[in-house]
Amino acid sequence: MSRVDQLRGPAPRKRHNARTIAALTGNPGCTRRAVLDAAGVDKPKLAETIGFPGSFGQSRFALARGNAFEAMLKADDCALLRSVLAEAGSTPVSDSFVFGGSYEDLGEDSDDTLDARHARTREALAAGDIGLLDHPLLTLSVAGQTVYLEPDLIAAQRGDMLQVVEIKSFAIVDGQADSAAVSSAAVQAAVYVLALRRLLGDDRVSHEVVLVCPENFSLQPVAVVLDVRKQLSTLRRQLSRLASVSSLIDALPPGVTFDVAQPVPALLASLAAVDARYAPECLSACELSVYCRHEATGSTAALGRPVRDALGGVATVDEALGLAAGTVLPTPEQTEAAALLAAAARLRNEALSR
Amino acid sequence: MSTLVALARAQAFAAGRAQPIATVRHLHVHDEPMVLIPLAMAGEANAPLAAMIGTSVSAPRLLVVSQPRNRDERFAFTAALAEELLPYLESFATETEAVPVDRGRDVRHRYVDAPQVWVPNPGGADFLRLLGRSTRFRRTDGDHPVPPVVPLLGQWLTFLASAAEMPGSALLANAVQALGMHWATGQSAAEDAQFGSLYAWITAGAAAAREAERGPVAGPATDPEFDNKVLAPLITASSPDLPEVIRDLLTPTWERMWHSLDLLRSLPAGARVATRWDSDRDTYSAFVEHLAEDGAPQPRRDGAVAAASRLQRLENAAARYAVQRAFDDPLVMAEYRLTGAAFGGVVTLANPDRVDDSGKRPVLRPRIMVATTEPVRVEAGASLTSPARPSQKAKVISVTPTADGCDVLLELSGGMGRKLVAEPGSVPAVGERILLTTLSEAYRPGAAFPDPAETPWTHGGPPVTSA
Repeated sequence: MSRVDQLRGPAPRKRHNARTIAALTGNPGCTRRAVLDAAGVDKPKLAETIGFPGSFGQSRFALARGNAFEAMLKADDCALLRSVLAEAGSTPVSDSFVFGGSYEDLGEDSDDTLDARHARTREALAAGDIGLLDHPLLTLSVAGQTVYLEPDLIAAQRGDMLQVVEIKSFAIVDGQADSAAVSSAAVQAAVYVLALRRLLGDDRVSHEVVLVCPENFSLQPVAVVLDVRKQLSTLRRQLSRLASVSSLIDALPPGVTFDVAQPVPALLASLAAVDARYAPECLSACELSVYCRHEATGSTAALGRPVRDALGGVATVDEALGLAAGTVLPTPEQTEAAALLAAAARLRNEALSR
Repeated sequence: MSTLVALARAQAFAAGRAQPIATVRHLHVHDEPMVLIPLAMAGEANAPLAAMIGTSVSAPRLLVVSQPRNRDERFAFTAALAEELLPYLESFATETEAVPVDRGRDVRHRYVDAPQVWVPNPGGADFLRLLGRSTRFRRTDGDHPVPPVVPLLGQWLTFLASAAEMPGSALLANAVQALGMHWATGQSAAEDAQFGSLYAWITAGAAAAREAERGPVAGPATDPEFDNKVLAPLITASSPDLPEVIRDLLTPTWERMWHSLDLLRSLPAGARVATRWDSDRDTYSAFVEHLAEDGAPQPRRDGAVAAASRLQRLENAAARYAVQRAFDDPLVMAEYRLTGAAFGGVVTLANPDRVDDSGKRPVLRPRIMVATTEPVRVEAGASLTSPARPSQKAKVISVTPTADGCDVLLELSGGMGRKLVAEPGSVPAVGERILLTTLSEAYRPGAAFPDPAETPWTHGGPPVTSA
């Protein structure tokens, strides 16, 4: 049994996906998340076991609408999708798509045939005459582990270049969409682009991805082209930093386990052995965040990065208040922060005591 | 985030209670506001699920769409919302007052009051903007006719949402922003975005805020768990219990909204809040006039020239709003003192009768010396203002370091009357504590923009007129 399997215990392994990789790169300094994800630990289950459940469900209505939209696009050999993509190609902002190639569905299947599906994907891509490739399976090495990725539907062949197509169900109204939704879609698509590039080489995969969304208030689809070069370079940088997770795992004390069948004190002790870097943004991205927030209580980071910076980077609230009141002696590197905090406290008291 | 607000957050955390970050209220709170809590259907683009609306805490009206995917029901909902909202919005278009313009050579009229709609959070305002977008172009004839109030509501909602983007406007206010402007909690801004949690920090403290995180939500998004376990079965079964379930869900937020308004009213209004409400009344009057005259719905997107001039108006409003808040509130001004853009000191010398006769005619130019121990980041030649005498300019003549700070020599102009002798009290006297800042309330002229027909090619050229 490998060390990561020991960490997880007998529970089935949770697979990485584009979303978790995107989240990893959102807070790359968090060793805890990197280790737990690398070991495939069921984080929601773990959070619930130790008494800090988060709510990360998805609404049935949202799921149903997303599925209906995707099914509509892919019906009749992706007829609607093709016409939308062709339309997007005809706008002057992007190069034209060349369609006419065939459509191949590689099928969805269970975990044990992943390798076979990946092999079929590679074959289809190598053949090079595919117009649209549905249910492809890509691999990407994340922190020394092979991760399987399942783009909704990928690659439209555009001349010699492959392009990733992402189907999302958030609406684009008058050419504008929710910026958080768009940026997370762009990061996800960038993960697929990176995986494709590792497989086929940089020059065969376009850095422009196609996002297909409902337009305005209908289910009528519209395709827009996103440039994900920025996301790609961020992703590459963050993934290279993650590469050392295996050595981190190997360096963990032998007693550390995240097997949810273990008693809670053992789990808490194990969590304490792996450093987290909590930020309030974690609350919307990581299932373990409620516990980490509890753990970070009293730190200035728990109040958010801007607050911590404005407090001169001082680590804890007590320390910041002590420096402001002059009851704590600043260390040499804190002198500047201490002067700022003391001045702020004096001005605040003066204004409030009028 | 300024260090002062960050410090207040740290203090709030240590105390377990929210701390004030303003000494006055920076927002007009209407005597008869309308509160509106919209609730949206997950997954759909702006499909309304319900709304609680009313002008009194004791009389909320609940509107519910029992089958949110049915478009006829959706428009019935919009029509019902219009019935509630439009009479309120139009009720202020009655009595007008004359306002002198062009230095008193002319007058224009504006309504003596304007409506104010409150939603719980920025998401609520955004929901109304999208609802306005989806309804203002609806046809009252043709294939899918809608009642005439539907497109009219769309125009009003678009008007309110676009007013809400203007810094300092109070026509469409949201409780999260209004509370967050006056109190700092001991949690992060991300957590403050949840109305229930922010409200609990202010009224009951840290523990209550954690409790409030578990719900109920303040909309417009619903909790996925609620969707899956409660809402979906009710909608599938077309259950008559749906309105009551929604009422229970929204009532806590409804009560908190009204209590939040009371909390805000308990703060004294800042001196410049009324002038900002005056410009809100101008905006309202202009829109009522537009509806009466032309009534064309607002365009989907602004043209290049309109967008550029709107952007400039927004920037000017933001700058003006920041200055006005600082002039109204010593606690906000303290942020500028901390960064050196303002400093407080004591007048040590004053020559109130000094006359400068080097020019064509003699002018009154008193000089004062201000001693300060605060950081001063101004140079000779800079023009300063004191919030106590906003119409007076103080030009920096010299800054001389002293043992514990510096002496600033200033030459005053304006705000002293028309004679060569200053009006009593208009020149700071020796011994007076005075605050000086580089912030200025001076009028910012708008930039000149070309006529839309002259839009340069860099901005897409003149707009193509559609038939």
